[in-house]
Amino acid sequence: MTVSDIARRGESVFDQLELLLPLVNKPIQYVGGELNATLKVWDDAQVHWVLMYPDAYEVGAPNQGVQILYEVINERADALAERTYAIWPDLEALMRDAKVPQFTVDGHRPVGDFDLFGLSFSTELGYTNMLSALSLANIPLLARDRDDTHPIVIAGGHAAFNPEPISDFIDAAVLGDGEEAVLLITDLTRDWKQAGRPGGRTGLLLKLAMTGMIYVPAFYEVEYLPDGRIQRVTPTRPEVPWRVRKHTLMDLDSWPYPKQPLVPLAETVHERMSVEIFRGCTRGCRFCQAGMITRPVRERSITGIAAMVENGLKKTGYEEVGLLSLSSADHSEIADVARNLADRYEGSQISLSLPSTRVDAFNVDLANELSRNGRRSGLTFAPEGGSERMRKVINKQVTEEDLIRTVTTAYSAGWRQVKLYFMCGLPTETDDDVLQIAQLARDVIKAGRAATGSRDIRCTVSIGGFVPKPHTPFQWAAQLDHETTDARLAKLRDAIRADRNYGKAIGIRYHDGKPGIVEGLLSRGDRRVGAVILAAWQDGARFDGWSEHFSYDRWMSAAERALDGQVVDVNWYTIRERTKTEVLPWDHLDSGLDSEWLWEDWQAALDEVAIDDCRWTPCFDCGVCDQMDTQIQVGPTGVTDLPMPKVPMHSPVAEQTSQAPS
Amino acid sequence: MARLAPVRDVAPTVQRLRLQYAKRGRLRFSSHRDFQRALERALRRAEIPMAFSAGFSPHPKVSYANSAPTGVASEAEYVEIGVTERCDPAAVRAALDEALPPGLDIVEVVEANSPDFVQRLEASIWQIELPGVGVAEVEIAAQKLLAQEVVTVERLTKNGVRAFDARGPVVSLLVEPGPGCAILKAVVRHATPSVRPDDVLNALRQVAGLVPPAPPRVTRLAQGPLDPVGSTVGDPFSPDRAPLAAAKT
Repeated sequence: MTVSDIARRGESVFDQLELLLPLVNKPIQYVGGELNATLKVWDDAQVHWVLMYPDAYEVGAPNQGVQILYEVINERADALAERTYAIWPDLEALMRDAKVPQFTVDGHRPVGDFDLFGLSFSTELGYTNMLSALSLANIPLLARDRDDTHPIVIAGGHAAFNPEPISDFIDAAVLGDGEEAVLLITDLTRDWKQAGRPGGRTGLLLKLAMTGMIYVPAFYEVEYLPDGRIQRVTPTRPEVPWRVRKHTLMDLDSWPYPKQPLVPLAETVHERMSVEIFRGCTRGCRFCQAGMITRPVRERSITGIAAMVENGLKKTGYEEVGLLSLSSADHSEIADVARNLADRYEGSQISLSLPSTRVDAFNVDLANELSRNGRRSGLTFAPEGGSERMRKVINKQVTEEDLIRTVTTAYSAGWRQVKLYFMCGLPTETDDDVLQIAQLARDVIKAGRAATGSRDIRCTVSIGGFVPKPHTPFQWAAQLDHETTDARLAKLRDAIRADRNYGKAIGIRYHDGKPGIVEGLLSRGDRRVGAVILAAWQDGARFDGWSEHFSYDRWMSAAERALDGQVVDVNWYTIRERTKTEVLPWDHLDSGLDSEWLWEDWQAALDEVAIDDCRWTPCFDCGVCDQMDTQIQVGPTGVTDLPMPKVPMHSPVAEQTSQAPS
Repeated sequence: MARLAPVRDVAPTVQRLRLQYAKRGRLRFSSHRDFQRALERALRRAEIPMAFSAGFSPHPKVSYANSAPTGVASEAEYVEIGVTERCDPAAVRAALDEALPPGLDIVEVVEANSPDFVQRLEASIWQIELPGVGVAEVEIAAQKLLAQEVVTVERLTKNGVRAFDARGPVVSLLVEPGPGCAILKAVVRHATPSVRPDDVLNALRQVAGLVPPAPPRVTRLAQGPLDPVGSTVGDPFSPDRAPLAAAKT
């Protein structure tokens, strides 16, 4: 790298971009300028991060993970962080013609100029958008083709718990909570740069890998058996650990981020402020990857929540606050939280929402409390499985009686519409299990009509296709093929519509099974799937989470070509059940869960045996707490009424910064 | 079971304020809807005592006048708000400007002391920078356009392609040299459908084949009553200022 190269780094490309913006749809999404955004001087920072949520701005900008890391990094004096999002095809074509590189929305700096390029993958369907961004940034798509002038590409988010399908394209992956991980990576990168970049790119990657908490795929070799299964995964260097651990942030109250929530000018999918009230979940739903990989439960205290709500409203001007978590009604102090916040904002235009799908009367009470002076339009419950048997298999402990009692309470309290979430294609499922959803929906309407004496009530049944995920008890399960999924859903639709007395009061929403197969391929794939992703992207795959851009046929034809000559194919990755002895592609990545426990839980599922939530019952030895030498953190704090606490303005970042392990 | 809208004490509007704001730099790419959301949030952050409509979903009382198109900068956009306590216009200007992102800037706030504000916004002055085009070329094109009585242009609207006259509302066209560009200043009367800078450029292309090599940069410089001579527009706030001035003397 020459001196003039360095001098040019970090220079804005906005002047070139500006000429293209009048020609594209919704140009505001590319200009940044959000309230509470941070723009630092390039040369003041020693470590430059660009963070990407690999979907459109309207989906990515509200993402809490990226907002938190953006703020945490920018609090350091020696680092800066900017953001970039997926570029729609209209602007992508113009940028390629005009040779405008992938840019950040903060400083409109070329993504290729940064030291570290972090991508947050909530879903595998963002993989092709990563390739578009790399290509627009003039970063070689394959990690092995990159040199010291290119950013280190790091994947995070839930999908990073099996990054094998994208291991050709990323340099590293981080499992688990990002707050402390980005600080660690920043320290190591700064030290490496200050020391004159010893060992070049590989030298830094080795430093990262040696922490035992950052996965560098290039340092692991995968060998296969003749039948296509993995024989073993071995580190290629003695310094590199056999298994890589996940990161877990223990004390949420010390990390009240975002303190400065971003408020985009462009319209986004979540026009509200979010406060994360706890991380983790121990309900143990066997299909739920989030619930498994984010253990243990770590609650934010009632005062910590109240402070973040107050601070966030002041800083943003939003009029809605969402209290987020995997199952918000499960916070041990949620009743007091809801009552206090409802009291505090009563009479104002501020509304509170609590995304929760718990099927019990307590959940309805909470919803009533939060909608004291608002409209009671719809409430959502998630029985997930249509039959009692199915719900035992997936460990969703809800009886039909519970559901009917809950919806009766909801309709009686003035709610007009109830939405029910289900899944189709669960292990051991038959047509009959899914058809029971129709009966359940009819019983819900019947109960609602009886409770209200009115026919003006509705129930919407929403069904998603089940995709088995790594690090869950269903990681061994066969995914249901899309033809059977579609046939089953068609039968359900007919069954619901057939009953004239109820059919009109029941809405049904579902998608076809094809996208689920591609998601399944990417979720449980191994390194050989990388070639499929590359081929699909070359064939034009972009924005795969958007039905208008997704093409099943494009993916299947790409898979056929990319896996030509291999003993494995799409069916092998998706609809094949795995045995206990098979080495799974993510076995060397440690989510904290004991694989023996996962297997036992999978067997319990097949035996239709449910287990309780370990927050309130004895431990089932999933392995997380032992291994991390930690425990579930739930209240109560003893506080039931709120003073007006302040979000602590001292930064935990400063304390962390000096603690880089050598 | 029908639920009635909750009965609230709806505080009455005691004062109306008229705001002039600017849309500058990269925030010229914000749409009118983007601005609406930003303003309503800024009103909350600035703790302006907004008046609200009654009903299930109360809305702050804000009226928007004709807004500049997405991608066009402006020095002169107007909004009127209703408040439940009397406010000092200068304090509202400062607080609201602070609460809005840089690039959406509050230029001036006056108390509404006169009716028919929107009717006073008779015309706009648009500044159209044409990069890579010579002054002479634009002058010739402008004269050709002004020599016509009617120039029909087409625009894609929500209801399909619409054809209308873009010449009639054009009051005057003035051309000046700028850095690396010619600057066209157009005074255009507000009509229905409204003739926008794009339509004027379309008309110039039709009558004189004027096609700038790069997208023009457009700024609305002013809106207000049409000057009788026809070459400029007046201050739409002047009737609102008058009673104050009268009270002081």
